[in-house]
Amino acid sequence: MTAAVFFGCTFIAFGPAIALFLFTIARDPLRVIFLIAGAFFWLVSLLLSSLVWFISVQISDKESAPQQKGLLIFGVVLSVLLQELFRFGYYKLLKKANEGLLALSQEETMPISIRQLAYVSGLGFGFMSGAFSVVNILADSVGPGTVGIHGDSQHYFLSSAFMTMAIILLHMFWGVVFFDACEKKRWWCLVVVVASHLLVSCLTFQNPYYVGSLVPTYVIMSLMGVWAFCCAGGSLRNLKLCLTCKDKDFLLANHRPR
Amino acid sequence: MDFISTKWIIHLLLCCLFHGVGCNSVEQKIYVKLNDTVPCVRLLNATHQIGCQSSLAGDVGVIHILESEGNLEWVLSTGPSPPYMVILESTLFTRDIMMKLKNGSSRIAGVAVVKPSTNPIEDFSPHTTCPNENTGVYSESYGPTMAHCNTTVWNPKGNGLSYEEFNFPIFSLKDDNGTEFIRQCYLKHNLVVNGSAPGYPLCAMQLSSHMHAVRDTVTCMRRSDTSPFSLNPEVVCDPLGSFNVWGSTKSLNNTAKGHKENETVVIAAARLDSRAFFHGISLGAESGASGFITLLAAAGALANVTRQDHPPRTILYTFFQGETFDYIGSSRMVYDMEKDNFAIDLDNIHSLLEIGQVGLHNISGLWLHSDPVSRRNDSIDQEVKRLIDYFQSVATNLTISLGQPDVSQPLPPASFQRFLRAQSIPGVVLTDHKSHFTNRFLESMYDNAEYLNLTYPPDLSPEEQFNFDTDTARGLTEVATMVARTLYKQAGGADEQLASINADLQTVNHLLYGFLKQTNNSWFRAIVPPEHQRFLGPAPPEYYVGVTFNNTFSNLVRYVLANLTGTAVNISKENCTDQSKFTDDTESTDMYDYMWVSGVTPPNGTEPVPYCVRSTVRLARAQSPAFELQDYHSSNYSTWSESRWKYIGARIFLVAGNDLEMLTLGMGVAVLVTSLLLTYVINSKADFLFSSGREPANATY
Repeated sequence: MTAAVFFGCTFIAFGPAIALFLFTIARDPLRVIFLIAGAFFWLVSLLLSSLVWFISVQISDKESAPQQKGLLIFGVVLSVLLQELFRFGYYKLLKKANEGLLALSQEETMPISIRQLAYVSGLGFGFMSGAFSVVNILADSVGPGTVGIHGDSQHYFLSSAFMTMAIILLHMFWGVVFFDACEKKRWWCLVVVVASHLLVSCLTFQNPYYVGSLVPTYVIMSLMGVWAFCCAGGSLRNLKLCLTCKDKDFLLANHRPR
Repeated sequence: MDFISTKWIIHLLLCCLFHGVGCNSVEQKIYVKLNDTVPCVRLLNATHQIGCQSSLAGDVGVIHILESEGNLEWVLSTGPSPPYMVILESTLFTRDIMMKLKNGSSRIAGVAVVKPSTNPIEDFSPHTTCPNENTGVYSESYGPTMAHCNTTVWNPKGNGLSYEEFNFPIFSLKDDNGTEFIRQCYLKHNLVVNGSAPGYPLCAMQLSSHMHAVRDTVTCMRRSDTSPFSLNPEVVCDPLGSFNVWGSTKSLNNTAKGHKENETVVIAAARLDSRAFFHGISLGAESGASGFITLLAAAGALANVTRQDHPPRTILYTFFQGETFDYIGSSRMVYDMEKDNFAIDLDNIHSLLEIGQVGLHNISGLWLHSDPVSRRNDSIDQEVKRLIDYFQSVATNLTISLGQPDVSQPLPPASFQRFLRAQSIPGVVLTDHKSHFTNRFLESMYDNAEYLNLTYPPDLSPEEQFNFDTDTARGLTEVATMVARTLYKQAGGADEQLASINADLQTVNHLLYGFLKQTNNSWFRAIVPPEHQRFLGPAPPEYYVGVTFNNTFSNLVRYVLANLTGTAVNISKENCTDQSKFTDDTESTDMYDYMWVSGVTPPNGTEPVPYCVRSTVRLARAQSPAFELQDYHSSNYSTWSESRWKYIGARIFLVAGNDLEMLTLGMGVAVLVTSLLLTYVINSKADFLFSSGREPANATY
């Protein structure tokens, strides 16, 4: 019966990401390539932070608990900073690549806009970090046991899955906001992205009080989502028109080609 | 960076990123692995399989601690969350309860028996009532009235559990922290209050002991594909067997096999092995160890005398392995003698003296058993009578009461029976029971040092315990002295030497400590070769015969016997270990076995000084001839084999209720469907949604 838990958790963690991939990315080979490249960049950042971690654990005193805890916090902060650094590096690379693409392309416009790139690369980061955060948990969710013999919460699998979903979506939003900020040279936005990433990562120190980590994470995720929506060109007016199904009329009225 | 460390780093990093300070791997959060568990494994013979096995992945059941027999109702019919994993206190580990569980096995996932730290008050023997029933000497053609224990049921307390087949795993747990953890888990989650079922999550246990072999030895040997052409040779079962140990007072040429002219031999035999219901926790203190320790001590007592004044006949000490499983060791030695594959043959044997269970002789005295069928022959009868007379004349000088059971009583199960099957040989079996066994715990895990009254004051250090005089040792020393003197007389030795033959109490103390308490002691460390040191540990050796490639215990007996009967020779290590280089010693290696042993640390040194021991002690293969002949249907020889397995383990954890699982699945499906719908809608309206006045929407959207 524990296959149910496995599939439940997989769907929760990766459901949104799969849906986004299927409807917006899978049809366009260029997007798939950029998605995978984004995932690769995240992996490289993980490799670097694990190298640093490996060295620092070796030289630390394994017996001292406060030192190990300090090391853990250091590891988290370092890893977040590295991830954001690689996001910046990926942005720079994409800018260069886009110019090249433009030169090759016979059309006047770029084959893929920087906004789309932001979204695609953010999702790539999200996919990989989500996979790494939840795969070992999913492997153990198959059973036969469930968490709790040492008095841990029963909802460990469920909360891990929801946390992963939030992390994936957050990476996507961060990507959009980050690239937008870079484009517009609004450096304070970058600071906000990095700070919120740090905050979310550090919130997991609240575990196993899952409410304490999940609720703030979802609040941050919603805020980032709204911000990313705005960055991507969305507005309240558009949303209203969409929800009231007047978008078609509006488009027709403005004679915009579809 | 190797794979493990990379994996470890990734794991840690993941923990760090997402699971905060309580950085444990997920598995540790879910499972508690139980150490100190002993499984019951599957054994097979020509027609049956016995023992236990789990499914391939391991059987999982909700833990239920059985408090009384009346409590069985819950697991067998009323409990709402089958299958159950039944935890039994050892007092409830009876045939009655086990059979009820076996018959209700669709609701039983497995059984775990808590092994108590002290022996129970009740008798317990999982062996059959008639051990080695079909492979002894008595049959329809030889003393038909005595076949199948018709005259004497040797082990009336035997409940035969060891010979049942269970289709669920059965483990033994040591009564320690792990078991306490199970109890706590049970009390917290599974306790039935006023007959109402406890709610989920429930505490459950998984026992894994999947056995590869099935049905019988014939089948599993056929399935064992060992052909050299096979790409993936796989063996599913191995024949039981190990090595017999033998040594003689006068060296016998071991290269020239078969009949030796002008050689008559008195065999002194004992058996080494024993078994228990669970794999590898048998000790056989009374059933096996008391006999072979006595014989070792007797061999030690005879060593000096036979060296100075060798009697006309040679005394051959034999220690048989695998006797519990249809006389593997003795049947093999007799087979080898018949096939001229042993240093002597059956015609060289003058008589045989076997030492059976002698540990409890202070309760009922000692008894000399002989075979009534062969004694119908006058010459045999004369010899047996003479041997018994020797015994009795020796015993009168010692404080041992010695008796003879009724003449019509057959031999108890003994290696001697295998010799009688081949040839009529005069001989007796020395035991501490007049008719049926007095051993209350025959072939069970309770036949241990405690049962032999081998107790040491708790405040002694291991070394002091090692040298401590126990009453058991005093008793066995007496018996050993009697055996040694009788052997000397039986071998034709002079009466005036008898008084100088005395078993050494200290040696018996050391033997008992080494074989029943811990093998890691100063004596054993000194007498084993350096490469064998790693087998010495804080526990007694493994008395279960095991499969052929495992011969640690036989080797240990060999080293002890070599130490007790051999001599130190002053030759270099190269010459000692590589016997082809032998030049210094005039005696050829055909006659002697040379062994390079660790030695003792001299008082002013730091390192032990190794030396070479020359002895007549050898190992002889103890594998049933049935496997040699590839006659797996054999009714003459033992056909026991042990199944192979990949993984054996036990762990406890919680299992979630159906509601929580379905809730998780439901949420997952809901999230997936919602996001699919939402994404579809947003994507279809993306052109419009993401079109601000500031930047025109891209054409590709």
